Amino acid sequence: MSSTKTSPEQHQSNPVLSVASVSVEYATKEGSVKALRHVSFDIQPGEVFGLAGESGSGKSTLARAILRALDDNGSQTSGSIQYKGEDLQNLSPNALRSLRGSDIAFVPQEPAKALNPSIEVGEQIAETIREHQNLSESEVQSQTIEMLRQVNISDPDYCAESYPHELSGGMKQRVAFAIGLSCNPDLLILDEPTTGLDVTTEGKVLQMIDDLIEEFETSILFVTHNLGVLAEKADRVGILYAGEIMEIGATKDVFTNPSNPYTQGLLAAVPDIDRDVEIEAIPGEVPDLSAAPTGCVFADRCEFATEECHEGSIDLETVTPGHETRCRRLETVQSDPIQAELRDARTNYSGSKILEVTNLKKYYGQSSFVDRLFGSESPVKAVDGVSFDIHESETLGIVGESGCGKSTLARTLLQLLEPTAGEIRFRGESIDMIGSRTLPQLAASQSKMADFRKEVQVVFQDPESSLNPSNTVYETLERPLELFTDLTQEERENRIEEIIQQVDLGITYLDRHPHELSGGEKQRVAIARAFAGNPSLVILDEPVSALDVSVQASIINLLRELREEYGTSYLLISHNLGVINEICERVAVMYLGEFVEMGTTEEIFQPPYHPYTRALLTNIPTTEMDTADRRVYLEGDVPSARDPPVGCSFHSRCPQKIGDICECERPELEQAADSDTHTVACHLDEKEMMVPLAEDIEESDR
Amino acid sequence: MSNTKQYIVKRFVYLLATMFAVSVVIFGLANALPGNVARTILGSYATEDKVNALEAQLGLNDPLYVQYLDWLHGVLTLNLGNSIKYGQPITELVIPKLLNSLQLAGVTMVIVVTIGIALGVVSAVKHNGRVDSVISTFVYAGVSIPEFVTGLLLILLLGGPVFSVFPASGYVSPFESVVGWGTHMFLPALTLSIVLMTHVVRQTRSEMVEALNSEYADAARLKGLSRQKVIIKHALRNSLLPTITVIALNFGYLMGGLVVVEELFAYPGIGRLVVGAIRNRDLPLIQAAVLVIAFTYTFGNFLADILYTRLNPQIDYS
Amino acid sequence: MIPDNRLTKPTRTNRFYRLHRVADRLRWFTKNDKILYPSVVISVIMVVSVLGPYISPFDPTATHPTETYLAPNAKYLFGTDHIGRDLLSRVLIGGRSTLLLGVGSTALAMTFGVPIGLLAGIKGGYIDEAIMRVMDVIMSFPTLLLALILLTSLPSNVWTAMLAVGVVFIPKISRVVRSSTLEVKNEEYVEAARVRGESDGYIMFYEVLPNIIPPIAVESTIRVGYAIIIGASLSFLGLGAQPPAPDWGYMIAQSQNHIWQTPWFLIWPALFLGLTIFSFNVLGDGLRDELDPKVTGDQV
Repeated sequence: MSSTKTSPEQHQSNPVLSVASVSVEYATKEGSVKALRHVSFDIQPGEVFGLAGESGSGKSTLARAILRALDDNGSQTSGSIQYKGEDLQNLSPNALRSLRGSDIAFVPQEPAKALNPSIEVGEQIAETIREHQNLSESEVQSQTIEMLRQVNISDPDYCAESYPHELSGGMKQRVAFAIGLSCNPDLLILDEPTTGLDVTTEGKVLQMIDDLIEEFETSILFVTHNLGVLAEKADRVGILYAGEIMEIGATKDVFTNPSNPYTQGLLAAVPDIDRDVEIEAIPGEVPDLSAAPTGCVFADRCEFATEECHEGSIDLETVTPGHETRCRRLETVQSDPIQAELRDARTNYSGSKILEVTNLKKYYGQSSFVDRLFGSESPVKAVDGVSFDIHESETLGIVGESGCGKSTLARTLLQLLEPTAGEIRFRGESIDMIGSRTLPQLAASQSKMADFRKEVQVVFQDPESSLNPSNTVYETLERPLELFTDLTQEERENRIEEIIQQVDLGITYLDRHPHELSGGEKQRVAIARAFAGNPSLVILDEPVSALDVSVQASIINLLRELREEYGTSYLLISHNLGVINEICERVAVMYLGEFVEMGTTEEIFQPPYHPYTRALLTNIPTTEMDTADRRVYLEGDVPSARDPPVGCSFHSRCPQKIGDICECERPELEQAADSDTHTVACHLDEKEMMVPLAEDIEESDR
Repeated sequence: MSNTKQYIVKRFVYLLATMFAVSVVIFGLANALPGNVARTILGSYATEDKVNALEAQLGLNDPLYVQYLDWLHGVLTLNLGNSIKYGQPITELVIPKLLNSLQLAGVTMVIVVTIGIALGVVSAVKHNGRVDSVISTFVYAGVSIPEFVTGLLLILLLGGPVFSVFPASGYVSPFESVVGWGTHMFLPALTLSIVLMTHVVRQTRSEMVEALNSEYADAARLKGLSRQKVIIKHALRNSLLPTITVIALNFGYLMGGLVVVEELFAYPGIGRLVVGAIRNRDLPLIQAAVLVIAFTYTFGNFLADILYTRLNPQIDYS
Repeated sequence: MIPDNRLTKPTRTNRFYRLHRVADRLRWFTKNDKILYPSVVISVIMVVSVLGPYISPFDPTATHPTETYLAPNAKYLFGTDHIGRDLLSRVLIGGRSTLLLGVGSTALAMTFGVPIGLLAGIKGGYIDEAIMRVMDVIMSFPTLLLALILLTSLPSNVWTAMLAVGVVFIPKISRVVRSSTLEVKNEEYVEAARVRGESDGYIMFYEVLPNIIPPIAVESTIRVGYAIIIGASLSFLGLGAQPPAPDWGYMIAQSQNHIWQTPWFLIWPALFLGLTIFSFNVLGDGLRDELDPKVTGDQV
């Protein structure tokens, strides 16, 4: 990978793509939105140029402007986009058409939506080839199969005849790449190509991109919000914020010597498992782009900003040759950069157990009567026998990829789903209602349930759907107080004002409806609602995964503060190990409905590793500029939970499988040698699990 | 493939269950009708004894479920007894009328599907343009005018003494005269088509607009495919499936429309038979004709569902 | 993140704020032509129907045997029918039964259809299946035919027609409500309500219902149009409004036999009937545009 990185000075002469002072505006009912303002950069032949930005930065707009495929209400108001010296705006529709897909190809963000659901994927590749190359039909077909082979699809003939819904997410993304590369383009535009993929799948797609770069020698414009991915893949990067390039330069320069407050802030906000530091949030929000900003677009959120930053237009300043930043206070920024602070040592709680879960199972069976008449299909074992405790004031993290059953686990714990088997005890008492036969028993269990409802609250993933759109923030926060407390009207009002300020929103927010709030603000209100009745356990189901990095950091910090204020226990469910590492004291790793490893956060992030934990840890893209590929690649996809592998459920994908025992015998969670709190479910012996990650070898060499 | 078969079997069992329920409802409703069947047959001057004797003969004194089972037996053996009004066996009355109605429905469906989908596609492609607004206005007008009004206006325009092009009533068998069949079919079929067509145009248009704005259409454009290919190969294919559902739903509307249109054009079909039977309180005939219409409708929906699963590669069978 | 206006008191009870909201609503109402114009037309037709007896020049049922089959003229602005009744007066009052039937039957269908749909959607499982299978059976009959059969056992008048049409629309409304409920049901705020231990009733009426008003509003507006069509068709078949009551559908039915002598007899009621249904359809579409926007033009 590092060998393909070219120094920026190499081919200054003939860029493949030259974007010069491009501005784009969208006409909306509220006036025109200036989505991009005077963006300039070149892409040299064979170069991978990364464009990073949060949502609303205009990065996708730029990709579409290059393809001349802006939405109807968008238009390029200044500048030029030249492909090999030719201005794309001057092309005739026919010339543009022959360019698209052939010379400039596009790999869209969500292949699940971008592939036509009713056409076989082979045909969707073939039609591109047929359109742009003068080939016979048999040549078209053989090239289609060849393309599928190029993107590492193991059975290309079978895949070509499949419909998109028959393929996994990773496969669909590969097909999208096959379409993009089918005519050997000189410029490939990748729009968030790994967003939405699981971390192990993402790792494999990134590996494939490496191979393709070598094979095709195409230039790439790589658009993403994920700085870690760019640090690994891009030769040069541009950091886009609110429609302007804030910093641009060789990847190594930008990530090792970030010279713009925004870049520094972003890097400090990303949770990173390699650095034991406290993440830092960027205050404020992306500005409203309907008014033309004066001065620096980032000034309102910048801790270095002075009066002069709000005036005039700010030009790019050269840091070192080829590395430029849009900042007037460059020297201060460089001498005293924003850096995350070292984290305090984690405390491990040994208070009394608040929640005890024993051998919990949740199977999804057949639902309707007719299904039962006909179907005899085995149930989906979404959660298959997990046991754990949560202590007072403790945070337990559950990490796993999509489909591992972690959200089902959360919903079963919350009694939104009825468990198939197992026991949940809250403060030592079982909250099972099924066992109660007599009326007094039922009443007793109902009152236990009422206590449980009062004490256990939840924060969900999607801020867009977490608040009732027809209620004001005040109404949203008042309801739990009505239900769970005996407060008078006035006391409730006081409590609401207190809690809304604890989540860093002012009381003016109380009259707003959800549609008047940003994503981060909605999530704050959802958190306030969970905490309003002062619960002792809050279940956090992917609370930050729908948010931008800078907002994500502020929510994590808020959760940390509230935990200290209220002494609340958390159960944090996430696919993101970085987030888990930020806030959890203990972690359980989940795969196909089972826990494969559990221990304190330090124990999980250090050897001995379960092979699956190892794969998860090594596949996280990181902004650290290390060069070795330390990824552990997993074979195939997660098997169906309807028919999980016999023996160890991970054996079908395990790179460290030792033999028959893995296929026959289901390993139990057993205590690892390093500590009495660390358990691993694996047949490997301690020595094999102790093999360090590639990166750790390097460190020990130093 | 076994999944598909299983689904078809499941769907078929469901069809039978629905038909059974429908027959119960019809039987129940018909028995809730006021009036005494025996007295209706014998006339209001018959003596009480005669009425009682006939009631016994017809089995009207049996418990309701026995009467229902008798009737169901009749339905299954196609032996539904005689019409009170006409005295003929009901099967002989219903079947030719049903065939006539199916011809009318068939011709209507052909007009609706071909013209409706074409107009919908044009409208979507010219989205928000002048052609689109002309078609949209036509659509609004179409759904806003009841069939009997459209029919009367068409008669006024095309069926009258001024332009006596098309006969305004009756039916001619195609075996007698193909031209006669066509001219007699024209006005009722056109009347029925207008309302239905507007539904199809609407549905096709909105599906096509959505498909043309979809990410896969966008991706197809960015592959450099031509406009026609994007419209026909990528967008239309995905728009047709939901349109089929709407056409199937409209089949019910069509059967309802038949009642009005056949009455208006004195077309000897099942709809007219029902209206006549209701007017005459001809209970056995009402039951039979309504049952036939409801069965035709449920069966039509069944066929549409099967067709849908055949055409849709990604149906969820669960 | 901390706004400087923290210390302002909440404006929940502020009257000015409420007024502001009302003004917002009004502006919303007038900004879309597809909402404004049909609303005006419907209001005018409603007012005219209500005021009918006071503004119509003649008694709508009075016959003028010497003045039959007249074309529009100065005395009879819309002309007269086959027994010399003033068509203008009949048309002005004929809207009453039409609107009554359209709005009344839709209201009836909503009274039952909305709770049924909510219940089926929220409860799921066997309850949902039982409800929806019953609805399926009702829907196995063509709407008009079912209304026709229901009416055969009842005396023919506007009220029974309204009842019959209302009943046949219940499954249609409850289907729309159910599928909207299913969409909202899995929203996280509904799950959050379950986690608080809210009852099904609270969830149905406080969490779900307020958020599915848009599809219900659209559906019911369009339903009114259909109800009017079915009601008029029933009148046409002789099972709705009864003579000599002035009803547009019934007038059109009568015009059938006199269509060659006087097309006015057909055209006036047809025009008003069409205009009314047209307005409801356009209004429904306008509401769909405004309340349920699928495509927004301001993505960045």
